[in-house]
Amino acid sequence: MATITAAVPRRRLLSRTRTPSSERKMPWRRQLVLQVLCLFVAFTVLFPVLWIVSLAVDPRGLTRPDGLNLIPPGATLKAFQEVLVQPTSNPISFLELAFNSFKLAIGTAIFSVMIGVFAAYAFSRLQFRGRQLLMLAILAVLMLPAAATLAPLFVQLNAINIGGFNLRQSLVGVGLAIISGLLPFAIWNLKGYLDTIPKELEEAAAVDGANRNQTFIRIILPLAVPALAVTAFLGFVAGWTEFFFTTIFLPAGSKETTLAVALNMLVGQFATTTPWSKFSAFAIMFALPVSVVYLLLQKYIVSGLAVGGVKG
Amino acid sequence: MTAAASVPRMPSGRRRILGRDTRTAYLYLVPAFLVMAAITFYPLLFQTWMSFTDFQIGNLRNPATAPWVGLSNYQKILESRLGIPNFDFIRMIAFNLFWALSNVILHVVIGVGIAVLLNSPGLKFKKFYRALFILPVIIPPLIVATVWRNMFDTSNGAVNLGLQAVGGLFKIPAEAFNIDWLRQVQEPIAFLPLPLAYFALLAANTWLGWPLNSVVATGALQSIPHELYEAAEMDGASSWQKFRTVTIPFLRPAMVPYAIYGFVITFNLFYLSYFMSGGGPNGQTELLVTQAYKLVDEQRLYGVAAAFSIFIFFILLVITIFANRAAKATASFDA
Repeated sequence: MATITAAVPRRRLLSRTRTPSSERKMPWRRQLVLQVLCLFVAFTVLFPVLWIVSLAVDPRGLTRPDGLNLIPPGATLKAFQEVLVQPTSNPISFLELAFNSFKLAIGTAIFSVMIGVFAAYAFSRLQFRGRQLLMLAILAVLMLPAAATLAPLFVQLNAINIGGFNLRQSLVGVGLAIISGLLPFAIWNLKGYLDTIPKELEEAAAVDGANRNQTFIRIILPLAVPALAVTAFLGFVAGWTEFFFTTIFLPAGSKETTLAVALNMLVGQFATTTPWSKFSAFAIMFALPVSVVYLLLQKYIVSGLAVGGVKG
Repeated sequence: MTAAASVPRMPSGRRRILGRDTRTAYLYLVPAFLVMAAITFYPLLFQTWMSFTDFQIGNLRNPATAPWVGLSNYQKILESRLGIPNFDFIRMIAFNLFWALSNVILHVVIGVGIAVLLNSPGLKFKKFYRALFILPVIIPPLIVATVWRNMFDTSNGAVNLGLQAVGGLFKIPAEAFNIDWLRQVQEPIAFLPLPLAYFALLAANTWLGWPLNSVVATGALQSIPHELYEAAEMDGASSWQKFRTVTIPFLRPAMVPYAIYGFVITFNLFYLSYFMSGGGPNGQTELLVTQAYKLVDEQRLYGVAAAFSIFIFFILLVITIFANRAAKATASFDA
């Protein structure tokens, strides 16, 4: 940026200093330069999205594109249809995959937020012995990538067999592995939000004779609904696109396999024969639901940014 | 809220309140810590034990049978003697640190640059640009990684096709742009030990990473009182001087914590390396997290993987402590 402003002739800057800054008009030549710059950035941001959309709607069923046609002639939604029926060589439809991903995502997100909010309240508002130590424990876990607990979780969940049911090879096992990282995240994220709720509200409630539990349920929880929603959503996205544990835990050809695993089969090292239109249609349908919700919740998510992200 | 009929007794002593708080607090903490004890803390302890054993696939049925090998796993990792081709632990750490650092610097510089650009008074369509530039943030990273992998394809990828189209304008033959971005072994810059795949990953992650930095910077920029710029103008400050003496001091407290957070996220970024380059060529873009994944998924050396994760833990611990020091140091600087 510095280079951009520096490129503006010095004389113009001097003349600008004379006009009061309340007058917000930009010289047209400067406006033009900045607009070109903005358009260039917009192009780089949009390009990958346009590329994937153009691949997905290409009617010719090409395995590979024959050129950079951002709007291919005679666009069609055939690839989407194919993906809906059977995206990979496994006999499983897109909706079945999506349902598995959904179960994993909603289960882990709701569980983590429901349990996490109680702990978050304790950390945010209550004074108790061992508070520092327990918070440090949570922070230390937050810092770890999912990779750092992969080996023990694999071995331990694998050791739990109930009849013919192996916990590691099931979606429940994957869910537990996700919660292992998601719960500390939820606690920390919610604590960050609860810290911003004014203490006066609780003091007023206490004067009215409410005890801790009543204050929490009637005052704090209703105020925390947006934070609960955002935290649950971030957890949902993490579960919806979870790849790390799912690929390692679930056996090949599992009926519980998810969208993320299927995407890897479309793009991974064995996927040289997958038509790119199919991959693109799959990627779009995979991303669209969470991207749209993200867009709607964006304002709330971004305001809680400094707090942290879900590990991947 | 039901109004109490009588004013509650004033607390007779501080200790009583604290005591009651402690009991309530533990009650609130019990569910979360029971769950975490079972699936977070116990696995971490178990992992420490595993790291001292030669835990292999044969021990899965009965973990207690894994033979104790002391520090041998740690030693093998440090000496890069795991029997994995191209495994070089020290080089991997160095690359991983460089990868995170170079990304964060780019993200912050571009993010701040574009935030300042969009903050210019009188610029048209600001709102439109701000809304559009959030696009990379809202797409799940897993999908971003696979899309960029596709775009960097050698013969049909969008990047090479685009370069061919632009090159055509300058009469450069299309064959010049059959670049094998993700697998080319020869390093593009002779004196830098970085493969082409690193630059491809860097491009993809820059696309992914700068917009959030821009959002954070925009928030900080909008909190700068306008009078400060006017005062600087009266003193005859140039644009660059205003940026350096007014903008940067206001940006720093917002950007430094976010940059540290970005560093840790990028350091542990699994998707791009795994999906785009697969750690190649010759393991040169392998990160600690992708290697940890492969130790379990491909090599099935669970004991080694456990020791490897302990190394990751300590490396991140050092980074966190160091980053906190750096954050405090920069915060006290002319604050």
